[in-house]
Amino acid sequence: MNFDPRFAGRSFTSVGTRPIRPDGVDKVTGRARYGADFNMAGQLVGRVLRSPHAHAKIRKIDTSKAEQLPGVKAVITAADLPDLTDGDAGMYDILDNCMARTKALYDGHAVAAVAAVDARTARQALKLIEVDYELLPHVTDVDEAMKHSAPLVNDAIFTEGLEQKPVKPSNVAKRSQFGHGDVHQGFGQADFVVERSFKTEQTHQGYIEPHACVASVSSDGTADLWVCTQGHFVYRQHCAQLLGLEASKLRVTSSEIGGGFGGKTHVWAEPVALALSRKAGRPVKLVMTRDEVFRASGPTSATSIDVKIGARKDGTITAAEATLRYTSGPYAGMWAELGAMTAFACYKLDNVKTVGYEVLVNRPKTAAYRAPSAPMAAFAVESAVDELAKQIGIDPVEFRIKNAAQEGTRSSYGPVYGPIGIGPTLEAAKNHPHMKAPLKENQGRGMACGFWFNFGGQTCTDLNIGMDGSVSLAVGTVDVGGSRASLSLVAAEELGIDYSHVKAIVADTSSLGYNDMTDGSRGTFSSSMATISAARNAIRVLRERAAQMWDVPVDDVHWEQGHAIARGEKYGNLSPLSLKEIAAQSGKTGGPIAGHSELVADGAGVSFATHICDIEVDPETGATRVIRYTVVQDAGKAVHPTYVEGQYQGGAAQGIGWALNEEYIYGKDGRLQNPGFLDYRIPVCSDLPMIDTQILEIPNPNHPYGVRGVGETSIVPPLAAIANAVSNAAGVRMTHIPMSPPRILAAIEAEREG
Amino acid sequence: MRYIRPLSIEDAVGQLAGSSGTAAILAGGSDLLVRMKGGFVEPDLIVDIKAIESLSEIRETAEGFSIGAAVPCAVVGENASLKKAWPGVVEAAKLIGSKQVQGRCTIVGNLCNASPAADSVPALVAAGARAVVVGPGGRRTIAVEAVPTGPGKTSLAKSEIIEAILLDKRAPRSGDAYLRFIPRTEMDIAVVSAGVNLTIDEAGVVKSARVAVGAAAPTVLLVEEAAEALIGRKLDEAALERLAKVCAGACRPIDDKRGTVEFRRKVAGVLARRAAMTAYTRAGGK
Repeated sequence: MNFDPRFAGRSFTSVGTRPIRPDGVDKVTGRARYGADFNMAGQLVGRVLRSPHAHAKIRKIDTSKAEQLPGVKAVITAADLPDLTDGDAGMYDILDNCMARTKALYDGHAVAAVAAVDARTARQALKLIEVDYELLPHVTDVDEAMKHSAPLVNDAIFTEGLEQKPVKPSNVAKRSQFGHGDVHQGFGQADFVVERSFKTEQTHQGYIEPHACVASVSSDGTADLWVCTQGHFVYRQHCAQLLGLEASKLRVTSSEIGGGFGGKTHVWAEPVALALSRKAGRPVKLVMTRDEVFRASGPTSATSIDVKIGARKDGTITAAEATLRYTSGPYAGMWAELGAMTAFACYKLDNVKTVGYEVLVNRPKTAAYRAPSAPMAAFAVESAVDELAKQIGIDPVEFRIKNAAQEGTRSSYGPVYGPIGIGPTLEAAKNHPHMKAPLKENQGRGMACGFWFNFGGQTCTDLNIGMDGSVSLAVGTVDVGGSRASLSLVAAEELGIDYSHVKAIVADTSSLGYNDMTDGSRGTFSSSMATISAARNAIRVLRERAAQMWDVPVDDVHWEQGHAIARGEKYGNLSPLSLKEIAAQSGKTGGPIAGHSELVADGAGVSFATHICDIEVDPETGATRVIRYTVVQDAGKAVHPTYVEGQYQGGAAQGIGWALNEEYIYGKDGRLQNPGFLDYRIPVCSDLPMIDTQILEIPNPNHPYGVRGVGETSIVPPLAAIANAVSNAAGVRMTHIPMSPPRILAAIEAEREG
Repeated sequence: MRYIRPLSIEDAVGQLAGSSGTAAILAGGSDLLVRMKGGFVEPDLIVDIKAIESLSEIRETAEGFSIGAAVPCAVVGENASLKKAWPGVVEAAKLIGSKQVQGRCTIVGNLCNASPAADSVPALVAAGARAVVVGPGGRRTIAVEAVPTGPGKTSLAKSEIIEAILLDKRAPRSGDAYLRFIPRTEMDIAVVSAGVNLTIDEAGVVKSARVAVGAAAPTVLLVEEAAEALIGRKLDEAALERLAKVCAGACRPIDDKRGTVEFRRKVAGVLARRAAMTAYTRAGGK
């Protein structure tokens, strides 16, 4: 039966309630198993040797002394991970990033690895590996890297996306452009124009759980991998390709996950652990230290952005333009492109142009970080929007409402919008009591909007009904933010049974068809669609079985509130059969009852949010305190409102850290100065106010319940909202993120001195 | 690696004196264990001093207070009479680490770790605190500021242990205060800090003062000129202005991941000024 994913207005029994999550008790009692909690008999400890240099040619690696150390069972270098990528440039970059092949491209780049009987032996072995480096000049700053005089990170990179193929290599891997209309003409119609340059420093997702895995390769060529990941099917594909295995021979089981935020969408340690296990003939556990996580996993881009926006006296934006430069680490990426697509997505614009440049630097390979690239673009654009509103003399909320995109608007990145939530979030913000709350001395209020695409993708679920009438739901999207609870609610809703009778698990890669990762805010959106589809398939079987039990035509059997009902005058005396009753007879009516679903979840509805915040600035020290924070966001339909609120609050909390204190600090030697939570300052509890949330529900037309992804949009507005608040509190426009106390104090002093 | 847990300070000193290789003294371990876990140090001998009974006491005597080397800062924070006499020292000790760390960390450990950013040290220096050092040759008492000689370095010999910190009995109309700057609200290390200790007369004129600045030079600075700016005056605007200026000028900070030279200078003055106002109020000044 074809699955119809279109939204059907309906009332809900389970969806929209707030039951306790199925993984909750195990997590709060310490029973839940995270990446480092898996162990196998005979398991070895894996450790990675990393480059201390920002950029260096690897002349020679001598591992002989390490190999001779008693207790060392395997030592590997790039030679043990031969290039099997067959011209796939993206996979080659992943391979090179897992283990440097000819050059170390950043401080922390893996160059060799050992597996030993214990951690101490492994550490000693690393010290015995001799690497002969030839130091090369390096570049870590985005603007410096774009200069013609900058050291080349990779001399095989020629800028893509130019009209003519360049003759010289460059640190700019790609130029991309979006927009429509004629900005030149648009600026000609403007009465006011704001033009500013902004910078944001590189930040890390800061997930509390470091990368961890246990790899076990058997001599028959099959392998198992237990790993903390956002997408075990994708890890399987990548690892199988890099190790030369058939995908079906590698079984990947995902652990519980202590945060990912995009950073666990990418393999680093896993192919290394598998290669070590293959060589040692024993299982290998590899757990990254915090220092390694900072230096050698995938932080987000550092950026440099120029914005120009023009408007008429009446508050209509006539033109908007931005140039966005994003670091991608030492490999080509698409981060500036995402920034260029999202920058002006909140607005209805006749003339808009954005240009993105992907910039190679000697820093770790950039990975996704929650709505990747959008927060920085929103910071620049929403700061300029605020300033423009001020120049015109119009309220910043009214200015945004006047220019907000609507259903039918052609977005700045191309597509025409369906029903969207930007206008409603702005109206809700405008009417929120927060907007009218009084401010004290040295306090400022800021607000900003944000957009994210959201993603659907390949999804597969299995729903099995036990003979006792309870339901097992196997999904393939890793549960990062409470999706097992949400998906159980959806199964209960569709089947018409109680939530407590549904148990959802995340199945391993050998138990279910391929699933894309939990990224792009797709976990609940796509897996709920597949769960609805699987449940409907199961209901079809349940109806058939009921028809058989009653000996009536299946078309006369309907499914209502967890029961089969025979409809029609002649069946008046048949009492409804419950799911439990049908399940109990399944052995006699055709065997187990199940529903399966495989689909591509198209039509993930775009998502918008508006944030408001109040900040107090100490004008003598530049210290900041977040006084109040409110998130208004469209969820389409909040399946489990508590976890939707959790996503809103989590995005805001991460955004607050990013805006105020978090940054990668590189020394002149190109080495990371602060690879730890002491000097990479994510907010602690006492740094944050209670973050208020308001859920709007503008149904997504492409999901049966109207669900939209909610995980990422919440991190898009904070940088801008906080920058606007700090600028209002301090009386000076802040253009460099993070707005750390030294930066704020320097800006205040500069303003005082004129 | 050898771990021992002696029951007397003499035994501890003897074990240290008799050991070859590297040795470390373990009290709360909130610095040592972190450094060991990070692979920065691997001592051959660890001497745990927590079983030495006398080191776990805060004693109030006719001369003042003696705080044992193994007394956790949480215990320091709960001592009512110490808090009343030396609120600045206690508030500094209570800023170290987090609630969990407070249950382990000690002010002697904080002093001997010899970080220029140590929170309790500027307050101790301002308070004129002294350290009782026990070595193979016996006991000696030295000023707290004589202990650290540079980042991670102390004037102590390998076989010496600080037994206790001594604080004087409080003169009437005295007050002290400590303030540090950190970018977040807790779990952080001072970017710059200031401790002020003063005594006033009945008219509110400052009779004596000591001002210390932290995280602004290789060791905590005792800024005598800053004290002079306060002595003989009420805490008027001109005195405070001069205090801030002198403290800013006395700093010899560096640019690093925690702050810039300009920021540290400026904020050292701001904190000294604010700490002086609090100390003055605590002394009963108006």
